Amino acid sequence: MLLNQFLILGAVLFAVGVYGVLARKNGVMVLMSIELMLNAVNINLVVFGVQHGVVSGQVFALFVIAVAAAEVGVGLAIVLLLYRNRTSIDVEDFDLMRG
Amino acid sequence: MVAQNIFFGILSAIVIVSALRMVTTRNIVHAALYLVAVLAGLGALYVLLTAEFVATTQVLVYIGAVMVLFLFGIMLTKAPLGNEMEMTGKQWPLAALVAALLGGVTIYSLLNGFGSDRLVTDGPVYRTADVSDEVFSTYIIPFEAVSVLLLAALIGAIVLARKD
Amino acid sequence: MWMLENAFVIPLIPAISFVVILFFGKRYIGADRVHIVGITALGLVWVLSAVAAFQWTQRVENPPPDAIVQVQHHGDDHGDDHGDDHGDDHGDDHGDDHGDDHGDDHGDDHGAGSGHAGDGHGGGHSSPLIRPVISTFSDWWSNAGVNFAVGTFVDGQTVLLLIVVASISLLVHIYSTEYVKGDRRYVHYYAFLSLFTAAMLFFVMAQNIIQLIVGWELVGVCSFALIGHWWEEKPNTDAALKAFLTNRVGDVGLLVGMIVLWGTFKTFDIDVINTMISTNPGAHHLALLVAACCLMAAVASKSGQFPLHTWLPDAMAGPTPVSALIHAATMVVAGVYMIARLYPVFYEGFSIGTSSINLMAFIGGFTALIGAGLAFAQWDIKKVLAYSTVSQLGYMVMALGVGAWTAAIFHLFTHAFFKACLFLGAGSVSHAAHHTFDMRKMGGLRKDMPHTYRTFVISSLALAGIFPFAGFWSKDEILLGSLVGQQNGYPLMLIFGCAVALMTAAYMTRVIWYTFHGEFRGHGHPHESPKVMTVPLWILAGMAVLAGAFNLPGPVLEPIGLEGLAHRIQTYAEPSVYLNGLGLSHPDPSLTMALVGLALALSGILITYLYYWRRIGLHGLTERNRYARRGYTILENKYYLDHLYNDVIVETVKRPVAKWANRFNQNVIDRTVNTAGETARDVGRWVYKWIDQGAIDGSVNAAARGADSSGEGLRSIQSGKVQNYGQLLFGAAAVLAIVFVIVV
Repeated sequence: MLLNQFLILGAVLFAVGVYGVLARKNGVMVLMSIELMLNAVNINLVVFGVQHGVVSGQVFALFVIAVAAAEVGVGLAIVLLLYRNRTSIDVEDFDLMRG
Repeated sequence: MVAQNIFFGILSAIVIVSALRMVTTRNIVHAALYLVAVLAGLGALYVLLTAEFVATTQVLVYIGAVMVLFLFGIMLTKAPLGNEMEMTGKQWPLAALVAALLGGVTIYSLLNGFGSDRLVTDGPVYRTADVSDEVFSTYIIPFEAVSVLLLAALIGAIVLARKD
Repeated sequence: MWMLENAFVIPLIPAISFVVILFFGKRYIGADRVHIVGITALGLVWVLSAVAAFQWTQRVENPPPDAIVQVQHHGDDHGDDHGDDHGDDHGDDHGDDHGDDHGDDHGDDHGAGSGHAGDGHGGGHSSPLIRPVISTFSDWWSNAGVNFAVGTFVDGQTVLLLIVVASISLLVHIYSTEYVKGDRRYVHYYAFLSLFTAAMLFFVMAQNIIQLIVGWELVGVCSFALIGHWWEEKPNTDAALKAFLTNRVGDVGLLVGMIVLWGTFKTFDIDVINTMISTNPGAHHLALLVAACCLMAAVASKSGQFPLHTWLPDAMAGPTPVSALIHAATMVVAGVYMIARLYPVFYEGFSIGTSSINLMAFIGGFTALIGAGLAFAQWDIKKVLAYSTVSQLGYMVMALGVGAWTAAIFHLFTHAFFKACLFLGAGSVSHAAHHTFDMRKMGGLRKDMPHTYRTFVISSLALAGIFPFAGFWSKDEILLGSLVGQQNGYPLMLIFGCAVALMTAAYMTRVIWYTFHGEFRGHGHPHESPKVMTVPLWILAGMAVLAGAFNLPGPVLEPIGLEGLAHRIQTYAEPSVYLNGLGLSHPDPSLTMALVGLALALSGILITYLYYWRRIGLHGLTERNRYARRGYTILENKYYLDHLYNDVIVETVKRPVAKWANRFNQNVIDRTVNTAGETARDVGRWVYKWIDQGAIDGSVNAAARGADSSGEGLRSIQSGKVQNYGQLLFGAAAVLAIVFVIVV
């Protein structure tokens, strides 16, 4: 097996996640796409851990999973709050930062 | 070696196709289910990479907990089920271009950098016990920090989402 | 010697007091009782400072063997001097950087230094070279191989400032209990007084230039907060902002100067920098000149020197006790203190020893002169005192500029007391006379406010330099220093100094006339302030009489057999361990100079006395003579410096640069092309039509349009939509990555 098989899989997943974050209108979908990007990173961590024969890669993958869980919790709470205040989770409806 | 390559091919095909479907489907519940497929495929790939504990955690935390959270989020925000709403914004071609550029340059530099390096398959295998030893010795402080982070996220989510 | 090695507790006490007052003041102590905390802390600080000063004098009188610099092997000397941890520190940090030249020079130089002392250089008195007490607690942090230490540096100069800051701050704390009684931000006021005291004490015992910068900025921010104490009124916030921004201008100089010092010596340690310069004078002259010029900008902003002095009179918008503490006695002398602390840098940088005029002396002297001139044209009593402070600070800087180190610090010491007394007296007058500072609404207060009147007059006499008040002795030393100089005298500075001596006496007499004599021109019934305000006034007035005794010249004391008490400040405060290496000399006391100075001050008083009391002189001159009127108008408008800064400089910068560039294009380039066109008309017309209009004007217009439309375009990018920002972020990252891949 080539090292690149996994790395390129991760790159593709990451790019797909970026597309999802940028193109999807639904707030929940944006969060899901972010999960995709985080998982792409995880593949890299685990693969390089294997490649270098160290356990740190797996440990960091676990940390990423934990942080991702926290991120999803807070992110969904924010989406919920937005929905309650504006009855919409379409991210295009929110432009309070317009210059 | 051949078997592993075959499995890798099957799994990565599942992962990539599901991921693409996830970001293109018009039905948000379908998207969530495609995400389950991606996460499950990745879990299987972790097994392929001898990272059994990460694979287990992937299934438990992601597929078990995070997906439930997502489904709750979908239901609570009364997102339109079915095809009645356009899920993709008007700027999707630009987003696709950016994603393609990013993916392209990453893949190019990966090919350039790692070329035909082979994955080390005869290295040490770290079981769950080894991972836990590492977490509770070398990484004990980051571990505690993550615990505090989770607690903070928990409280934050409650504060944000509760109805006053 | 415990106090000297653990001097850090002195700034720590008011710092704790600050925290206590700020966080527990309102709720647990009671808003109207927080001053108890502040006064207790300051009382403690005062006692500890006195102990420190006593221990320092002991160290000078009976120096422990490790405190004296002698000709001996470098290693012993160094290790012993600094105590345990500092010795290690030196060995590790600085030894690596400049081990060779530093180490070699050290021994030689100390030999030379001791030689100076043995000869009884200059004023005929010899003192052993006492090393400062340096405690380095730990390495604060390190980055890129550079260690940043934190510690205290205590020598005579430090303990002198400790006494000054602690005394004035304590008295101001007490005085304020009455003056700001019932203020809506009483807690805030006392909290910031404590913080300021802590910051100032921290500043004066800074062990390295990083700590100097930290303390410098801390006192600046306290000054900002206290000037704007009554921020509900617009002029007060404006004044606070002006002080803050003007100081930022100087801070650029401070930072650059400190960076130059670091770049030259590869250390932040003040002791090491000073030692390196004094052991090897002449080296690094250019770097020191640059550093000294940059630091001079910082001094100009902090110590109110020309041309950055304009913030100081405006800073009088703050409460009067704050003006007394911060803008007269302590913070504004931070610049003077820094010069004195890093004196070798300035001495070598400006070649003070060999020149007969230099930047620092000139700025100081000029500031003294214009400050004194401006004091005549003010009607606000506090502004008169503020310009007087500017003028006196200029005196100190001038003294340092002519090499009279001791005279400058001595003047700093005496000035702190009598100027604080004057400010507190002005506050007392205003407290009694319905919170006005306008002298036209005062007058005749002599009978109603006898204590304030007497203390004010005593301090004015001290400021004017009348024998035997404190100001006489210090001013005399400065004039003497300008007369004798080092190798050459400083004649211009002497002229400035004499003129200022005359003017100071005159404008202070004017203030006393308008405030205390004549008929009362305000309304209501003025009354004497309560004891809690007059007692600090009397203490300060007492110091205004006695402070001069700390550095009496020898000949004065010989007749009464106390010549052992002569030149105490010179003996204790002067860091001769550095200055002797520079070959700094002290002038012999001169009776003639003292008499000339006294005569100038007396004639200043006499002229004003005749003018106001006896109505003799050129009354109505400004109405009759247009030159005099014009001069007065210039003074009233403060030499138009504020107009220069606000209307000319700020407006120019504020105007959009694009418009300016466009006008430049239209006027200059167009006209140039036209001229060229006229000389060769046939070609010119074609050129005008096609190149100028078509290409140049077109390109100018295109550039303008481009700027316009790109602005519009950029505006549309600011859509407020997260995903558009995300696209820009990832797109830019992708492009950068591509560039990186292609290039590398």
